[in-house]
Order: sequence, then structure tokens, then C-alpha cells
Amino acid sequence: MKTKFNNSIIKVEDLVKKFGNFTANDHLTFEVKEGEIFGFLGANGAGKTTAIKILCGLSVPTSGKVEVAGYDVYRQTNQIKRNIGYMSQKFSLYENLTIKENIRFFAGIYGMSRKDIRIRLEELLDRLKIENLKNELIASLPLGWKQKLAFSVAIFHKPKIVFLDEPTGGVDPITRRQFWDMIYEAANNGITVFVTTHYMDEAEYCNRVSIMVDGRIEALDRPQELKKTYHVDSMNEVFLKLARVKN
Amino acid sequence: MRNVLFLIQKEFIQIVRDKTMLPIILIIPFVQLIILVYAATFDMKNIDMVVIDMDMSSMSRKLISKFEGSPFFRVNKSTFNLKEANDEMTKDRADLILQIPADFEKDLLTGGKAPVQLLVNAINSTAAGLTNAYSNYVIADFNKNIIAENVNYIAPAHVQMIDVSYRFWYNQSLDYKIYMLSGILVILVTIIGAFLTAINIVREKEMGTIEQINVTPIIKYQFIMGKLIPFWVIALLELAFGLTLGKIMFNVPMLGSLWLLFGFAAVYLLVALGFGLLVSTLASNQQQVMFIIFFFLLTFILMSGIFTPVESMPEWAKHVNIVNPFAYFMRVIRMILLKGSGFSDIAKEFYSLLIYGIILLSLAVWRYRKKV
Repeated sequence: MKTKFNNSIIKVEDLVKKFGNFTANDHLTFEVKEGEIFGFLGANGAGKTTAIKILCGLSVPTSGKVEVAGYDVYRQTNQIKRNIGYMSQKFSLYENLTIKENIRFFAGIYGMSRKDIRIRLEELLDRLKIENLKNELIASLPLGWKQKLAFSVAIFHKPKIVFLDEPTGGVDPITRRQFWDMIYEAANNGITVFVTTHYMDEAEYCNRVSIMVDGRIEALDRPQELKKTYHVDSMNEVFLKLARVKN
Repeated sequence: MRNVLFLIQKEFIQIVRDKTMLPIILIIPFVQLIILVYAATFDMKNIDMVVIDMDMSSMSRKLISKFEGSPFFRVNKSTFNLKEANDEMTKDRADLILQIPADFEKDLLTGGKAPVQLLVNAINSTAAGLTNAYSNYVIADFNKNIIAENVNYIAPAHVQMIDVSYRFWYNQSLDYKIYMLSGILVILVTIIGAFLTAINIVREKEMGTIEQINVTPIIKYQFIMGKLIPFWVIALLELAFGLTLGKIMFNVPMLGSLWLLFGFAAVYLLVALGFGLLVSTLASNQQQVMFIIFFFLLTFILMSGIFTPVESMPEWAKHVNIVNPFAYFMRVIRMILLKGSGFSDIAKEFYSLLIYGIILLSLAVWRYRKKV
């Protein structure tokens, strides 16, 4: 396992983000290896979304060093954006466009040619078996399908890293399972996955996880190591132990 | 640059698909042109008047019938009582009282002064001014006839007065509708353009889709261009539509080059839409956009010279109009349509708006934040 992930694709050193007096990210330091599925866990309001926005170049850090895909987050946000995909907490495909139109639009903004878009779109529709739905408006689809499509859009331009901010919020367990199958597939294709969640069962699916409490990273390791360290059987208990110590 | 095309394509699909958008684009000009052009008119017809004829002579009756014979006045009541006449005015049943004193005919024929009194309801000062002007016109005409009838055969040489004849240029029949129509076209394209662009970006903020765009490598000016061009095209189509309606319904004259008009409109719209874009980058929801745009539109429209000539505004107001895009287009559309002005006549306005537009669009690009 350890030999598989060697190169760091995300490097964060002493990252601080303050909003007025409130410190959302308190001296975060971590690295994400190329090709791994990195779980970024924490309770609501722990500072996960703030950190993910900084990594995506949507927000500027107060201080600290952050490199994503080899580019500096202060000066090279556009290069970063070319190399990442992002799926926000808030569902963000256009409801009044069809599946096909949404994909064509976002792929087009990333600079893909119409020909490439057409070819890859056929592949995608085929893989998801939704050829017959391609001209349906997003508004008419169930939430689970919307999430899967949002994820497909986020990785459509073949980024090096994809950031998923609570991608499975509000969907049923079966759909969540299917969603994780898609994440594995993306990881197998060489995409590094950075995923935030507060479902602790999902943490078990990650190669490594970090647990944030009140803006700080309290633990960072492989799930089985964490369980061993804290002498418990599930990630849920690991999390509760960490949160309880804190409060 | 290819990604701008994708953005434009997406905007057009959304506009066409939006069930409320097309009716707005097609119905608003119709309603505005029909209602506003007919309603917001300063043409005065059938001014209600009360007559107090204390003379009861053939001369006084002649003067009254002069008033009645003109298309502007309608004699509603005759009385000998000033109080009664005043009551009519208080009750808003008359806007003009004509009082002819006794001995009117005698004074007139003996060559003395024969004064008459006009009392005008001046609650609306513009209407009062017009009423007064029309009345004086009728009385002057009456005077001329008196001179012709009573003086002419005695000493023909004396009637060689200066003959002032009026010719109204560019709008010979003094048709106020034509003047209004061109002004309303300006408001029409501006409202459609500025509102649609401003609301568009803010709606993306509200829906959260803007974040998905901000995480792409699209460059800020490309994004602004992608938002500008679709509504720029729509606003120009709107102008064409409005002009066509104006031609069919009011036969509005088009003396100047339509190419020039559309060329000027194209530049003007950079300002109008640049303003909308700037507002939308500053506001965070549709409510704020509505308030800001409404405030500026109302102020700018009233100061633009659509109803009242800019020339008669105080100096400071004229200075404010330097930043009022309406004022430029209001003047130019009338110059081109009604006077047939050419490019050299409007060059100053053209270049001013071009610079103005570039400034606003640059500000919008600068203010559009991909980061928080």
C-alpha cells in the first residue's frame, strides 16, 4: 500500500484562514498523495468547506503555504483550476438545461473541443446507461442521479484531482454505495480524490483520512491504523472519541 | 475564446427555454408603446372653459365662437357670476375662465384698449403654459380679423404689418406621439438590457452555479463577454421590434440612416449592459439588484429629457446628465429619426458613450470576483 502512493499532489503547510476573529482553519498541515482517496472528515462547521475552497482557488488563505498539483494557490489559481474538478455541497448543475447541455457547457468552458466533448459524452451516457435520458432537463431527475451527474461533470475534463464537498448529502444508502463505486472508478483511472463527508461509514472507503475538530486536524492516518490507535472497532467511535476529548 | 461561445450558447438556450422570458421580451414593447405613447402626451385637446360674457355684444360672441371653433377649447358653461365660474374650476370641471367685461365692443371699436381676463388652472404648470399660449393664439387671431374687418377699408396701407408665420420643422403637425415614441424606445431597450443582464448573474449566485463556473479556468473578461453578448443581441432585436411597431402603429418618421441608429444603439448598449453587469457583480441577490437598478433608472429617465427638454434644466442637472446614458441616446435617436442627422452630428455622443461603456465594462470585469 505504502509504495503505491509516493508523490504528493497537494501540500499544505501551516494553513490559516480567519474570518474576522473567527479562525476557520487553524494551522493545517497535511499532504495528499497522487492517486489516493483522501477523506477529509469533521463535524458540521469544523472548517472542511473553508479548506476545500482554498485548495480549489475559490478563497485566499490568510497565511500558510499551499500547493495543488504543483501550483501555488496564491499566484497560480488558473493553472490549478485547469487541473482540478470540483463538486460543491450545493448542487450546481443548471436545472433548466438537459444532461447533454450541462455537460457540453462545462466541458466547453474547460476548453475541450466539440469533437472531444461528443465522443466522451457518448462514452459517459453509455457507461451510466442513460442514453435515453440525455435530453431530459436536470430538474426532472431524482437527487441521486443529479449527484452522480454532478460528479461526472466534475471529472469530465479528466482533471488530476477532484474535490468533492459532501457529495452524498441527502441521498439514500444504495445511491451512496453506487456513488462510491464511481469514486473508486475515478481513482482507478488515476484521479486523486479529495472528499469531505460526515458519514463515518464512508470514511472506511478512503485510503487515508484526516479528522478535523474546531478548525484543527486532530488525527490523520489510514482508517485501520486510526481504529488501532484509539482501540475501537469503527471510524464512528474514533470520531466520537476525538470530538469528546475536545469538548 | 472558444469557451465564450459555449457560454453564449448556454445563455440563449436558457432564455428560449424560460417560459416567462420570451413573453416579457415580446409583450413589454407592445404595452409600453401603446399605453405610454398615447397616455404620456402633452397634446392638449378639449380644454374645458367657462365664459363670463358681461358684454353680450356681437364682438364678444365672435371672440367666444373663435374659442369654440378651435380644436383646443370646449365651452362648458356660460355665466355672469365669477364665483360660479370659480366653483367650476375648484371642482376640476374647467381649466380656463374667460372674462369679457362690459363695454368690450365699445372700447374695441372706439380704438381704445379692450382688455379681457384669462384665469388658468395652473396645478400642472406645463398644461397651464400651453393653455395660456393657445388662448393667446386665439385672441391674437381674433385681433387680426378685427383689424382686417374694421381698419382695412379705411386705410389699407396700415395693415402692412409684419407677418409672422410659423413653420414647425421636423415634426410639422406638432405630433407629440412621435416625440414620445422615440424616447420610449430608448427606455425599452435599456430596461430590457440592463435588467436582464443584472438579474442573470445574480441568479447564478443565488442558485450556486456561479461557484461551479468560478472553479473553471475561465478568464474574468471572457465570462463578462459571455454574459454581455446574448443580452446585447436581444436588446438590439428589441430595438428593431420596437421600431417596426412604431412604424406600423404611428408611422414614426425615419429620416436618418437606420444603420447609424443601430450602430449608435450598439455602443449605447455597452453602457446600459455594462451598468447592469456592474450592479450584478456588486449585488448578492435579486432584491438588491431591483432596488439599485430601479433607483438609477428612475432618476436617469426623469432627467433624460424624455418629457422635459434638457435645455430648460438648471445647470447642475445638465452636469449630472453627463453621466446619464439615457440623455445621450434620447437626444441622438430623435436627431437621427426625426431630423436625419448624420454621423458627424452625433460623433461627440458616440465617442463619449464608447469611452463610458469601456469604463463600465472594465469596472464590471474588475469587480467580478472569482474568489472570496
